[in-house]
Amino acid sequence: MAYKRRIDRLPIIPADAKEHNVTCHYCIVGCGYKAYTWPLNKQGGTDPGQNKFGVDLSQQQQALTPNWYAPSMYNVVKQDGRDVHLVIKPDADCVVNGGLGSIRGARIAENRRSDITGSQQQRLTEPMVWRYGTWQPTSWDDALDLVARVTARVIDKDNENDLLVSMFDHGGSAGGYENTWGTGKLYFGAMKVKNCRIHNRPAYNSEVHSTRDMGVGELNYAYEDYGLTDTLFLIGANPIETQTNLFLNHMLPGIQNGARVVVVDPRRTVTINACEEAAGKDKVLHLQIASGSDLALFNALFTEIVAQGWVDSDFIKASTFQGDIAVPEDSAHPAALGSFEAAVAACHLSLDDAAAICGVAAADIAKAAAWIAEPKGGARRKCVTAYEKGIIWGNDNYRTIGALVNIGLATGNIGREGGGVCRLGGHQEGYMRPSDAHVGRPAPYLDQLIIAGQGKVHHIWANDHYKTTLNAAEFKRTYARRTNMVKEAMDARAGATREEMVDAIVSAINAGGLFSVDVDIIHTQIGQAAHVILPAVESGEMNLTSMNGERRMRLVEKYMDGPGASKPDCMIAAAIAQNLERVLREEGRNDYADQFKGFDWASEEDAFMDGYHANTGQIVTYDRLRAMGNNGVQEPVTGFEDGKLVGTKRLYADGKFDRHGRDDKLALFCLGTWRGLQAPGKEQQRANHRFLINNGRANMNWQNWFLDQKNDFVMDRFPVPFIQIHPDDMASLGLKPGDMVEVYNDVGATQALAYPEPTARANETFMIFGAPSGTQGNVVNAGVNELILPNYKQTWANIRKISDATPAAQRVSYKSWEVEL
Amino acid sequence: MKCNRLVDAGRRQFLRGGVLGVAGVAAASVLPAAPAKAEIALARVAYPSNRVGNLKDLKVDEPVDIAYPDDNSPGILLKLGKPVEGGVGPDGDVVAYSVLCPHKGFPLSYHAADKTLNCPGHYSRFDTENGGQQVWGHATQNLTQFELRVDDAGDIFAEGADELIYGRLSNVLQA
Ligand code: FES
Repeated sequence: MAYKRRIDRLPIIPADAKEHNVTCHYCIVGCGYKAYTWPLNKQGGTDPGQNKFGVDLSQQQQALTPNWYAPSMYNVVKQDGRDVHLVIKPDADCVVNGGLGSIRGARIAENRRSDITGSQQQRLTEPMVWRYGTWQPTSWDDALDLVARVTARVIDKDNENDLLVSMFDHGGSAGGYENTWGTGKLYFGAMKVKNCRIHNRPAYNSEVHSTRDMGVGELNYAYEDYGLTDTLFLIGANPIETQTNLFLNHMLPGIQNGARVVVVDPRRTVTINACEEAAGKDKVLHLQIASGSDLALFNALFTEIVAQGWVDSDFIKASTFQGDIAVPEDSAHPAALGSFEAAVAACHLSLDDAAAICGVAAADIAKAAAWIAEPKGGARRKCVTAYEKGIIWGNDNYRTIGALVNIGLATGNIGREGGGVCRLGGHQEGYMRPSDAHVGRPAPYLDQLIIAGQGKVHHIWANDHYKTTLNAAEFKRTYARRTNMVKEAMDARAGATREEMVDAIVSAINAGGLFSVDVDIIHTQIGQAAHVILPAVESGEMNLTSMNGERRMRLVEKYMDGPGASKPDCMIAAAIAQNLERVLREEGRNDYADQFKGFDWASEEDAFMDGYHANTGQIVTYDRLRAMGNNGVQEPVTGFEDGKLVGTKRLYADGKFDRHGRDDKLALFCLGTWRGLQAPGKEQQRANHRFLINNGRANMNWQNWFLDQKNDFVMDRFPVPFIQIHPDDMASLGLKPGDMVEVYNDVGATQALAYPEPTARANETFMIFGAPSGTQGNVVNAGVNELILPNYKQTWANIRKISDATPAAQRVSYKSWEVEL
Repeated sequence: MKCNRLVDAGRRQFLRGGVLGVAGVAAASVLPAAPAKAEIALARVAYPSNRVGNLKDLKVDEPVDIAYPDDNSPGILLKLGKPVEGGVGPDGDVVAYSVLCPHKGFPLSYHAADKTLNCPGHYSRFDTENGGQQVWGHATQNLTQFELRVDDAGDIFAEGADELIYGRLSNVLQA
C-alpha cells in the first residue's frame, strides 16, 4: 500500500510569523517559495486575524488556493539555536511559478534536517577523519590541518598537477555565487589547478562550447517568450518532468494560446502527452528520431528552411559574420565556424537523406521546418528553441548544438520577443570564478587521469562520481583501490603523531594511492572512499544567490541553522586557504603562502561582495537583492534606479553577439557536417547489444537522489531505479513488472526494476540516471567528444532478469504515466 | 477508449469557487473570560462516522459521488472488482478516495480502463488499486483514502482519512 503520512492537521501559520524569500534550490527554474517560521509553542488560529493569510481557515479552501500547505511543506527546525515551526510553500506572487509547487520544491521543508521530526538525519554534522579503521568525528581545526599538511606536500608554486579537484559549478542547493567564488578563488586564484572537473562531467569545460563560440550565450531569452511565441521547438528535453513549472506556468499557457509544438526525442515523454492534451494532437509534431541522429535532422531543417527562403536576410547581414571561415576546425573546435553561406554549403543535407538517417518521414521534417520558420502573414514566425541533456549529453555535442543555433540565427529568432535558442538547464546557475583559461581546451579528462594512476590528492566538492559519472564501474574500482592504499597506510600507523601520519600518507600516495577529501552535505557513495569528510550547509542554511534559466537572480534568505558544525562551502574553502597559508609559512614557503591571502571573510555575504559584487560593476548587494524579493532581477544587472535593481529581459536585443569575445560582435554559423556516432566505442556498442539504454531524469527524483534517498514518499514510489521497457520486450525476456534486471555490456553492469512502457519502441529502453541503488553510469562507456563532453545517452547493453521484484518493488504501481482525461 | 467522466461532486466543488456552509463545525460557544484555562484538545482530529452508501448500490467501475467528512470534501466510493489492500465488503474491493487533487485541488476523474484517478489540472494520476499511490504527477503526497466499515445491512460508513485533504489544514474543519 502506498505510503501515507497519517497527518490529519497541521499547525497554522500565525499572523506574526517571520517570512523569508526562498528560491527553490533544486531545478534551473527556481520557483519562488516563502519560508515561514514561528516559535514552537505558538500557533495561529482559523480566524482571519489569527493567521498569516488573513482568511477564515475553518472553511474549505478552493483549487489553487495560496492558503493551504501540504504536510510535505512543514517541519520543525532550529533557528538561532531554538526550535521553530517551518512552513515552506510556493509564492503566488512569484512570476516564475505563479504559486505552483513541483513534486521536488514542495518537499523542501520535509527534506530539511530535523532533530524533532527525525527528517534527514543523514546530514553531516561534524568534520570526520579516517582513524582506527573508520571515520571519527573531530574539530574543524584538526581536520583542516590534516588536509592542509597533506595537500601542501603535493603542490608547489609552479606545479599543482598532483592536486585533483572535482567541484560543482552550479547555483542552487550547494552552489551559488558565494560558493563557486569561494572554491574558485582557492583553486583558480590562489592556485592554478589544471586537473579538475565539474559535478556532472569528467572535465572542466562548458557543456555548450559551440553556441558560446558562435557568440550566443545559452540562456538568452525570458520565460515570457513561451507565452508570446508561435512555435515551441523542444529538443532532447522533457520539461514537464525536469523544468516542471516552466512547462506548467509558461509553456502550457503558450500552447493553450495556439502555439504549435515540435518535439525531437527518441522517446515519447510525458511532456509530449501533456502537449497533446493541451493543444490537440494536430498541433504537436513528435519527431521520434533514431538515438543520436539530431545533427542530421537539424542540418536537414536548416537546408530546407534556406531552400524555402524562410530566412531573415536583414538579420543575417547585420548581425552575422560575412565572409567564409572565421574560426577553422582544430583540436579546440570540433567544427569550423563562419558565415551563413559557408554553413549552407557545409551543412547541406537533403530531406530524404536525413529521413534515412533519422528514421522519420521526410514529409515530417518538411512540416517541422514550416512550423519553425515559415513566415506568418509576411512577418517572422516566432519560435522558441529549447534544448537540454538529450543533445548536451548526446552524440557530437559541439556540432549538434551548433546546428541548432544555426537555425535560430538564420531565421532571426534570437534576441527577439517570442524567440531564443536556449538550453533549459539542470541546476540553477551561480558561476563566479577567476579565469579558467589555464585549464586549456580540450581540458584534461580527469576520470581517465585517476584511472591511469595520476594525481595524489583529490578534493571533492558536492560531487558523487560513484553515482553520476560515465565509465563508472571502472572509475569506482580504481578509486576504491587507490584510496584504500591510503586507508591501509593510515590504519598501519594508528597512534602516530601528525607528522608521522602525514609521512605515512605521503608514502602511500607516492606508491600510487590517492588521498581523498570530500566536502558534502551527506556521507555520499564516493565519500565512503574519503579520508577527510567536511560538512557543508545548503540553501536556506546560509544566504545564497543564484540565477535561473532566464537569468533571474534571487537571494535565498537564511531561515534555519545548518546541521551541527557544518559551514557554507565558501567558508570551508576560505578555511582551507588559511590553513594552507599557515602550513606553507611553517615550512618556510613564504612566497607561495602569500598566494593564499585574501580569504578573511566573516560570512557568505563577504564572499559575495568579494566575488560577484566586485566583478559585476559593484551594483548588486544582499540588501538590494532582498528588496527585489522572489522576482529578483534578470542578469546582467545594469543599474540601480528608484530603489530597484535594473536588469535585462533578454540578451542580444540589439542584434550584437558577444559571447565569443569578438570585437565585431557578429554571430558565427557552425559548419558541422553529419558524421555518424562520433564518440569512440559507440558504434561497436550499438552493433553488439540489443537494447538502447536511453537515460535521464524523472519528475520525482532530484539529481542523484541525495536527499530523496531518505525521503519515504519518494522511496516508496521507486525503491530502486526503474528501466522502462516495452511489454513485448519484457515478455521476450521473461519479465514481470517490477522484476529486477541486470543491464550489462562491454564496460560494466547495473540493475533496475522493469517498468512496462507501452509507448517505448522495440529494443529501446529508458533508465533513470544517478540512482543510489543502480548506477546507470556503470554501463556508459568512456567515449567523449573532442572537448571531453560525455555521451551518456548513446548507450547500448543487454538485459537479463536477476531476481523477482524486491518486496518493496512488489508493492508499487506499474501503470502508465500518461494522463487519461 | 477514453473515459471522460468527471466525478460530479469534484466538478461542482471546483467550479463553484465560493464556499458553502460548513458541516461538522462545532457550534460557536461563549468562552469564559477568566480565569485562563487551557482547553483540552485531542491529539488527533475526531472523525465522524458517516454512512456513504450501501453495497447493493455499487457496480464495478462505476464510482459513486460521496462527501466526507463533510459536504465540502468530495470523494468517490468505488467497487474495483478485485480485492485490494484496504478494500472492504465481501469481495474486499470497495474503496473510497478524496477527489481533490493533492497538488492544487482540481477535481479528479476516474479512468476505468486502468482504474486510475486523473487530474485535468496538471496531469497527475493516482492508482485506486494501490492506496491512491501517485502513478505520476506533481503532488507531494499520495491520494487521501477514506477508511471504510461495512455493517450487517451492507451499509458503508466512512470513518477516517489517511492524508491531509487538499484545501484544509484540519481534515475535520473546526472554528
Ligand atoms: S491540481 Fe492535479 S495535477 Fe495539479
